[in-house]
Amino acid sequence: MALLQIAEPGLAAAPHQHRLAVGIDLGTTNSLVATVASGMARALADDAGHILLPSVVRYGETEMIVGREARAGQADDPLNTIASVKRLMGRSLADADAGMRSHYRLSDGPGMVGIETRAGRKTPVEVSADILRSLRERAEASLGGELTGVVITVPAYFDDAQRQATKDAARLAGLNVLRLLNEPTAAAIAYGLDNAAEGIYAVYDLGGGTFDISILKLTRGVFEVLATNGDPALGGDDFDHLLADWLKAQASLPDDMPVEDRRRLLALARSVKESLSELELTVATCSFSNNVSIQVPVSRATFSELTADLVARSLRPVRKALRDANLGAEDIKGVVMVGGSTRMPHVQAAVEKLFGSAPLNNLDPDQVVALGAAMQADVLAGNRKSGSEADWLLLDVCPLSLGLETMGGLVEKIVPRNSTIPTARAQDFTTYKDGQTAMSVHVVQGEREIVSECRSLARFTLRGIPPMVAGAARIRVTFQIDADGLLSVTAREQTSGVEAHVEVKPSYGLGDGEVARMLLDAYGTGEIDAATRMLREAQVEARRLIDATEAALAADGAALLAPPERDVVQKAIYALAELLETDEGDTRKIRAATDALNAASGDFAARRMDASIKRALAGRSLETL
Amino acid sequence: MSITVTEKAARHIQKTLDKRGKGVGLRLAVKTSGCSGMAYALEFADESQPEDLIFESGGVKLLVDPRSLPYLEGTELDFVREGLNEGFKFNNPNAKAECGCGESFAV
Repeated sequence: MALLQIAEPGLAAAPHQHRLAVGIDLGTTNSLVATVASGMARALADDAGHILLPSVVRYGETEMIVGREARAGQADDPLNTIASVKRLMGRSLADADAGMRSHYRLSDGPGMVGIETRAGRKTPVEVSADILRSLRERAEASLGGELTGVVITVPAYFDDAQRQATKDAARLAGLNVLRLLNEPTAAAIAYGLDNAAEGIYAVYDLGGGTFDISILKLTRGVFEVLATNGDPALGGDDFDHLLADWLKAQASLPDDMPVEDRRRLLALARSVKESLSELELTVATCSFSNNVSIQVPVSRATFSELTADLVARSLRPVRKALRDANLGAEDIKGVVMVGGSTRMPHVQAAVEKLFGSAPLNNLDPDQVVALGAAMQADVLAGNRKSGSEADWLLLDVCPLSLGLETMGGLVEKIVPRNSTIPTARAQDFTTYKDGQTAMSVHVVQGEREIVSECRSLARFTLRGIPPMVAGAARIRVTFQIDADGLLSVTAREQTSGVEAHVEVKPSYGLGDGEVARMLLDAYGTGEIDAATRMLREAQVEARRLIDATEAALAADGAALLAPPERDVVQKAIYALAELLETDEGDTRKIRAATDALNAASGDFAARRMDASIKRALAGRSLETL
Repeated sequence: MSITVTEKAARHIQKTLDKRGKGVGLRLAVKTSGCSGMAYALEFADESQPEDLIFESGGVKLLVDPRSLPYLEGTELDFVREGLNEGFKFNNPNAKAECGCGESFAV
């Protein structure tokens, strides 16, 4: 509760204007929009009272239609009616979904696949933008004003290209994206888990055509995605098809039914499925062409048995995700149910049996993701002032460590893995050689200690460093990651202020599998990496010492050292240089030779020091010092 | 029914009125605006209006116009410190819901 202050007469401040912010669940099958009003999140319905907007766009002869009508016309105009476009987001023709490739005329384009329609070539971004525009119009009509910003949800496994495509679609639809939010995280927010105690949660998302399982770890209000898995071709539609086939067999309907009869049968199956979530027994009644009508009693038990395989199929990815996260079912503190198909009692029972606890399902599973997104949008739009209890942090982490290359091909990690973003970290570096005026900054991502084993993100060079002795320059390198995961790296020489800068997208093109592989690699090779690191460090140190000693010999060797003394130092240099040349890779030997050179040149270093002090003091009286 | 202030609130109101040097009391009102429908207004009162209802609590005068009264009936005005913030808080039995920020409410 905000605290009030006394104002002068007539000057009491009007309370803040409520900024309109919505959350959008841009789904494969259905999309919807939600907002927070009077502290409560609710989904917004269209004129006809429908909340779900089928994610289908039809490019007709004269106009474009989105949603229910477009879906109804899908069978008549399949090539110009685009459904499930989410499967193509951020994809090129080569890695486009096979099912989509067989349904539509796809063509390759710069950056992304295109779909040939009557209205010309449409990219998935444009099609998604049409869906988003329809939701935007609905939200603006129902809220009575322009939207300040939106939060759009994406699957946790979406890579950067897919996320970028989603953002582009929103921009095309005239929406200001406050941020993208992972779907499972949104569902967890809707259930208020972010306010709950810390723990690990599973989000079981069985939609119309896809199944996703995510394992989330919550610590201090930050969600981290531990593992995701799923089945891109498993959803409520599969249950409908199985039931339709069974009904057909029961009623002895012919196999070669006309198209509209087949569609009627599928619609019948869907409504039977939906009513069986409420009732133990229902009768499937429908009349088809040629005066054929059927009446088949269906019990919940029959339906469960019929589709038991489908439910079992969803549990396999669940177990796999748990295994990937190195967890057992007993480690999961709660399971959130998402997607209309999780209404089916036998799906709930199977999930409950696997995890040993009742899943969270009291919110509408079709809406829960959008509701969570709306709550996040409300916070980001500034409708909740700091100090109120729901003053969230941004809930994301960077998946892999970020660092830069140092001498010897080693990685210096600046931003460790799982740091919450946005974040900024800085570290000071220095020059390696006397008079060095430029420094190359190589930004890498990964958990390994060696550059060649990590992913290279960007390179840039800082020029104009004033010439100084090695180690005197102070170069501060700052890594900054904004809320959307955009990384910017700045290198700045502190004394002269010269600066160089680069922006990168850290996860660009890195799929979940690749992230997982890079992590596994790092765990398995920790010891080897540490040994390599020690060797490289010893080599770098040895080379630095050789360079410094040689420079000193060239400058003062003749003046300060007798020839035999000079020989001793020179020999130690040769010994060490030879060891480095032979590339033997024995850390201990290199260390020993380095120490020997240090010892041999110790006397020389002391004399140089004396000499330079003498030079500094020569010709000066005590008073002037 | 009446409108009251807590001891702490009374002390703070008296102090600020003294510092200001003028004013007969404090005006409490309800305006229709904000995200939950209604918002509180808290102002110094230099003069009372003929239709005002005047309550005395803890030694300070509270002025309320008749239109606001139904929404404020039974309210206790408190002065609280929350972290680095301090200010007045309405403990209003009529408010059924508050917006997230608490600046406005619904009855």
